[in-house]
Amino acid sequence: MIRRTAATSALALAALMGLAAMPAQAKTLVYCSEGSPENFNPMINTTGTTFDALRPIYNRLVEFKPGTTEVVGGLADRWEVSPDGKIFTFHLRHGVKWQSNKDFKPTRDFNADDVIFSFERQWKDSNPYHKVSGGGYDYFNDMSMPALLDSIDRVDDYTVRFVLKQPQTPFLANMAMDFASIQSKEYADALLKAGKPEQIDQVPIGTGPFELLQYQKDATIRYRAFAGYWGPKPKIDTLVFSITTDAAVRLAKLRANECQIAPFPNPADLPAIRADKNLTLLSQPGLNIGYLAFNNLKPPFTDVRVRRAINMAIDKAAILKAVYQGAGQPAKNLIPPSMWSYDDKIEDYKFDPAAAKKLLAEAGFPNAFETDLWAMPVQRPYNPDARRIAELMQADLAAVGIKAKIVSYEWGEYRKRVQNGEHQMALLGWTGDNGDPDNFFVPLAGCAAARIGGGSASKWCNQDFEALIQKAATIPGQADRAKLYEQAQVIMHDQAPFYLIAHSVVYLPMRANVVGYKMSPLGGHLFDQVDLK
Amino acid sequence: MLVFLLRRIGLIIPTFIGVTLLSFMLIHLVPGDPIEVRAGEHGIAPERLAELRHQFGLDQPLWKQFVDYEVQLLHGDLGTSVSTHETVWNEFTTLFPATLELGLCAISFAVIVGLPLGVIAATRRGSGFDYGLMGLSVTGASMPIFWWGLMVILVFSVALGWTPVSGRISDLYYIEPWSGFMLIDCWFADDAGACTSAVSHLILPTIVLGTIPLATIARMTRSAMLEVLNEDYIRTARAKGLSVRRVVIVHALRNALIPVVTVIGLSVSALLGGAILTETIFSWPGVGHWLVESIQRRDYPVLQGGTLLVATLVILVNLGVDLTYGFLNPRIRR
Repeated sequence: MIRRTAATSALALAALMGLAAMPAQAKTLVYCSEGSPENFNPMINTTGTTFDALRPIYNRLVEFKPGTTEVVGGLADRWEVSPDGKIFTFHLRHGVKWQSNKDFKPTRDFNADDVIFSFERQWKDSNPYHKVSGGGYDYFNDMSMPALLDSIDRVDDYTVRFVLKQPQTPFLANMAMDFASIQSKEYADALLKAGKPEQIDQVPIGTGPFELLQYQKDATIRYRAFAGYWGPKPKIDTLVFSITTDAAVRLAKLRANECQIAPFPNPADLPAIRADKNLTLLSQPGLNIGYLAFNNLKPPFTDVRVRRAINMAIDKAAILKAVYQGAGQPAKNLIPPSMWSYDDKIEDYKFDPAAAKKLLAEAGFPNAFETDLWAMPVQRPYNPDARRIAELMQADLAAVGIKAKIVSYEWGEYRKRVQNGEHQMALLGWTGDNGDPDNFFVPLAGCAAARIGGGSASKWCNQDFEALIQKAATIPGQADRAKLYEQAQVIMHDQAPFYLIAHSVVYLPMRANVVGYKMSPLGGHLFDQVDLK
Repeated sequence: MLVFLLRRIGLIIPTFIGVTLLSFMLIHLVPGDPIEVRAGEHGIAPERLAELRHQFGLDQPLWKQFVDYEVQLLHGDLGTSVSTHETVWNEFTTLFPATLELGLCAISFAVIVGLPLGVIAATRRGSGFDYGLMGLSVTGASMPIFWWGLMVILVFSVALGWTPVSGRISDLYYIEPWSGFMLIDCWFADDAGACTSAVSHLILPTIVLGTIPLATIARMTRSAMLEVLNEDYIRTARAKGLSVRRVVIVHALRNALIPVVTVIGLSVSALLGGAILTETIFSWPGVGHWLVESIQRRDYPVLQGGTLLVATLVILVNLGVDLTYGFLNPRIRR
């Protein structure tokens, strides 16, 4: 015991003197991730933190091309869509190897059975894995898959056919989302036989560029480049997620070169990061929107003049400066500028309190009226401080004679009440899932979402707008769809169902020697083509 | 002694019931539930919310949920995490060694440094050393852990580069966890570089977590020593011609230790509180960090089970302290 204590003290001393030895290692990239994954299943989880940890392991039928929202081949190298837009036929890649672990060695390559298993697990009660690990397939349900899917058929070993109940062009982009990751049916069967099915979600087997080596909760996730990977070989041998929840500590680790990439910096640290010559700061407008929604079912917001007046009464530049601190881009459309079909010709309402006051008088409100202004109790990617924004808006509204009372509830309660349309004005926002404009317009401004209990906070239902977005969802061809979405944006601007605030800018600090990193507009982090100089 | 022990153990049962009831009530008073917290901007359809609530038993009346929970506990089942689907016991036993390792280092640091400082301050009462030390100990005891942790990281890790920023070991080492205690695991892995890394990762969190107990122990030792040093038997011992060193260490310190042991015992619960912040700052994968995360996720089973296990620990340490008293001062046993 004494011997050990003495040895330990000597080691402590050595460490204090900076003598700590580093082992000779293969090329290792350390990513300071912001939290632990809930588990290793992409179907039952909804957080970006968990998806980041899973992406190195799994593939999907189609993938988002790195750095874009363009859909390219993944486990399916090509696909066809029937003329009526209802049948999607995927031709699967041959020779794709499954990873292995100490309890499981695959005997066959990836094939159609794995695809059918991965979707039926989420879709059908009769699948033995449907209830495993809690069985809440949030994204599968959120993307309306149960209502959309008619059947999934195995044509042969390498062909799978998805039949939809109605044509839906964005379906292809949905197939590139994380919930559509493919698990091994052979592994699932083996685990079921061994009586430990839940292990499929704890000890994952995938076809991706990295295989899981070790996971220590709240500490590290360690991956090794998968030698059998079908795609381009990763440039690094080992990928480590060093779980570091505090943003200030992540930055300290980055500065000390204990990690090479550290996401989600504090906005206040951005100038110092830019000034540090050892670091690089990447940035990209996020695929999101923060807005103030008017409840279009409740007077006075049923009057378009009131909605336009408020659009002129609030100083957007002041909000961006005070709250987003440079990490935001003023919004004039519901979709962000990086998304195809964004209409840049639209001119935002000018900040003009006098004109706003005049318009309010025309609308029958020459004197003050009272309303409520709801602020979320939590920080969201598109809104760093809802309370502060509400206060700034309150002051601007007071200047044109609108007395807004700030209201807040616990987050779950807040969302529920907004869904039920209890608010008059509410701050909220959205982060895109699949890079398709449909994923913004339908849930936020479509008529189905405007019902009481529906997801839309504006409760706005405009038949002209609705006809355009419905048509755009069913026709093929991006250019034709983009035209329809551009027309829809003109209507939305004119009708002003929201006060659109900002698209937040996402920053990613990294060491200067990191090369080949491409920021994803969808917010995820990918490392297979990243290298260290 | 046996009656004393049984009486103390008997008191544990109502304490346990109180802890489970209190943790259950407090958690359910916090708005939101695990299902609603999971839903993002997509929201959740009312029928699906009802279905998931039913699945987790959250649609039952509160009293029934509590009774079911107690019955489950009596069967030795702490439940399963709503978010990770791992059992609470598995998660606790995976993470607890990290907290214990850090806690033991912190308390040892506090005692090894605090005790002698308190004794020296008492023997040199009124000197510059005494005033300086007491000033520092007030500062130490009142320092916010979060600020202190970030300060030492900025100075020693970022500016000077002497110590690592956070974590338990450099990410370049791959040590298979066996006992969960990094110092033991690296010892058995027979990797000197890994052990050096593990020790260097322990230095800053140990200092940060040990600061408050250190300050308290130093102050308590000083005042207990001052009281004892004025006793008649100390004067007698000196009059016998014993050396100052012998009088202080053998005669005074043992008697002065009784209140100090209490403070050390109480420090354990303070340490667990401090561990929550320290573990967050230093990305230390322990139970403090785990409990904080579970509050955010409204992971009821983890919060209830974790609180119960931590409370058990505090109760056991307090029992240990009571028994040590009995050993140090036989009058208490009556």
